[in-house]
Amino acid sequence: MKTISELYAAKEVENSKTYPVLVTVGIATCGLAAGAGPVIDKLKELASGNADVCVKQVGCIGICQHEPICEVYVNGERFTYVKMNAEKAARVYEQHILGGRPVEEFMLTEKGEPVQNLMGTTFMKLQKRVAMRNCGIIDPESIDEYIGRDGYRALAKVLTEMTPDGVIQQVLDSGLRGRGGGGFPTGLKWRFACSNRGQVKKYVCCNADEGDPGAFMDRSVLEGDPHSVIEAMAIAAYAIGSDEGYIYVRAEYPTAIKRLTIAIEQAHRYGLLGENIFGTGFNFDVKLRFGAGAFVCGEETALMTSIEGNRGEPRPRPPFPAVKGLFARPTILNNVETYANIAQIILQGADWYQSLQCPGCAAGTKVFALTGKITNTGLVEIPMGTTLRTIIEDIGGGVPNGKKFKAAQTGGPSGGCIPASLIDTPIDYDNLAKIGSIIGSGGLIVMDEDTCMVDMARFFLDFTVDESCGKCAPCRIGTHRLLEILDRIIAGNGTLEDLDKLEELATYVKSASLCGLGQTAPNPVISTLVRFRDEYVAHVVDKKCPAGVCKNLLRYRILEDKCKGCTACARKCPVGAISGTVKNPHKIDTSKCIKCGVCMATCKFGAIVKE
Amino acid sequence: MKKKLTTVEFRGTPEQEAKLLAVIAKYEGVDGKMMPVLQEAQDIYGYLPIEVQKIIAEKTGTPLEEIYGIATFYSQFKLNPNGVYSIAVCLGTACYVKGSQAIIEEISRQLGVEVGSTSPDGKYSLEATRCIGACGLAPVMTINGDVYGRMTKDQVAGILAKYR
Repeated sequence: MKTISELYAAKEVENSKTYPVLVTVGIATCGLAAGAGPVIDKLKELASGNADVCVKQVGCIGICQHEPICEVYVNGERFTYVKMNAEKAARVYEQHILGGRPVEEFMLTEKGEPVQNLMGTTFMKLQKRVAMRNCGIIDPESIDEYIGRDGYRALAKVLTEMTPDGVIQQVLDSGLRGRGGGGFPTGLKWRFACSNRGQVKKYVCCNADEGDPGAFMDRSVLEGDPHSVIEAMAIAAYAIGSDEGYIYVRAEYPTAIKRLTIAIEQAHRYGLLGENIFGTGFNFDVKLRFGAGAFVCGEETALMTSIEGNRGEPRPRPPFPAVKGLFARPTILNNVETYANIAQIILQGADWYQSLQCPGCAAGTKVFALTGKITNTGLVEIPMGTTLRTIIEDIGGGVPNGKKFKAAQTGGPSGGCIPASLIDTPIDYDNLAKIGSIIGSGGLIVMDEDTCMVDMARFFLDFTVDESCGKCAPCRIGTHRLLEILDRIIAGNGTLEDLDKLEELATYVKSASLCGLGQTAPNPVISTLVRFRDEYVAHVVDKKCPAGVCKNLLRYRILEDKCKGCTACARKCPVGAISGTVKNPHKIDTSKCIKCGVCMATCKFGAIVKE
Repeated sequence: MKKKLTTVEFRGTPEQEAKLLAVIAKYEGVDGKMMPVLQEAQDIYGYLPIEVQKIIAEKTGTPLEEIYGIATFYSQFKLNPNGVYSIAVCLGTACYVKGSQAIIEEISRQLGVEVGSTSPDGKYSLEATRCIGACGLAPVMTINGDVYGRMTKDQVAGILAKYR
């Protein structure tokens, strides 16, 4: 592909391909895990030889708990079928595709009524998809389908119509900020690295080392729309004057790696990567580098050290990567989701991007990974400034099982929690910072009344202790000591003094650590201490865990009036802590009890309670 | 950071070494080659024993300590192979109280494998795990995914006999 007219022609060809019936199956890691493999195999088998029906794979559409998902487009009309398996797929093929009668029982429901397609659900209606615009729509392994959806048109536009400074200005004007956690203005980052174009070697890197527990939007973009990242990296390279890029992707994402490899190879074949792209003299190539299981490598300097082939330890800044980054050259590093917005900003303009968010909030949209105690789990892309209430109650469908919403944890191990009292907070960078949390990479874990906040803080700290690289003492030793104090509290051996120590030490670790990992590691502790101090106090003073989670603070007790003396619990108890004779109320020896809960599950009379 | 030195005798084949040398040659002169070289070396051997690290050190002119430093930094690099039979004994509270410590010691004695390592012939690896959530069956162990519950010390020999 040497000219732009060839690109337009390819788009025409792609869009002229129409089928009376198009069937798509979500084949991303989430879909595959839920069993989408047999579904697409069955559909392909049934449709083989039927020229009217095209069956293709697509990426993840975002409603994880309904996977495997299959969508049927009959003459342009869209139908969504969820929780599929091979038998259901066969039925859809017979009854709907051949028979013309949609199978309502396999559709999503809302208020008891079947909903014809995903777009009709509240879950989707409140979303605006920019970064995920192609996810679940196109076949991620087909460059033609990407081109059919205006793919590589933004690259063509910048190479032929815009100056590098013009590109940077447009990204700057769009107000796009880093979606990986830092929230730094993307255009500014590019501007810092733009001097001496053509004089010095520069690198454009993509951070695809998505490591926060509970965040998976980058995987979804890489698996569902890999070309959008490659195109954006080429645009960034043009803007700062670079000819080489690296994508650092974690080895735990084999499907993403496979699709990126295919995408890079295709882009080369089409002349959209390599030398003299569109005949403009612009050269750019992308290489893949794989992580090897180190969370700290998501930090920008550690990531670059890792690409250089070393232990992935961070280095002090300054010098900043824009001055001295990868291989000591000026480098820009952006996150996958950030890149996924670039092509649209170039094509539709900075003003358009600035019009997406709620008034007064940061620009654009943000993808959140909605998980935890919530009815609809999945990926949601919403305008910045959407309130937490809308996300949880409307899009997320509320907390299941009639439980009460307690808090939302955002930003993973670097973030904090938003308590129920602040549920009307519009979500954007500054608003969350004001209430002691961060957007981070977009993990949003919903917690109900059964979640213990001390235990939650301990979970994240345990993670950072494990992942601390060990280079600087505040992080290596400080997080360990924080964890020890939390362990003491959870075991019922904490004192009020421990709470002060926690606070003091957390402040030190934050201010003295070398990189983002240590600087943010105490956040979950600080935030829960501020918002849920009463729970900490309950643990240390009353020796009780209000949520009934911390085992050492639990007691199992047999209610004498309800116990029939059937001996079932005594026989099941793994440690012989229950004594009693037949037809007489039994007793639990709390000194022997290990709180495994087997007795409570065994009792048919509801005579065992935990308190 | 529970990595230890390799305990299993190195059994690399000439074919494996030839593949490794080809990988090293492929990355000759590439910036930041050590990560991909180690990743592909682990694909060839299944793990990264010191013998393999030495070959890489010699052929690339990189100090061995630097390579060892990288290999021990990333959790995906393994210094020990998984045994043909991978044995995990639950040392969660319920199992521990029911005597799983004695079980794991008995297995360790019978197979001559230390906890957390692999037997020199590469046949068995033994590890202690946290609670696997089968407290009702305590004490519990798994061998390549097969679950054995309500274990006693006397049963160890009989069960291991199935995996000789």
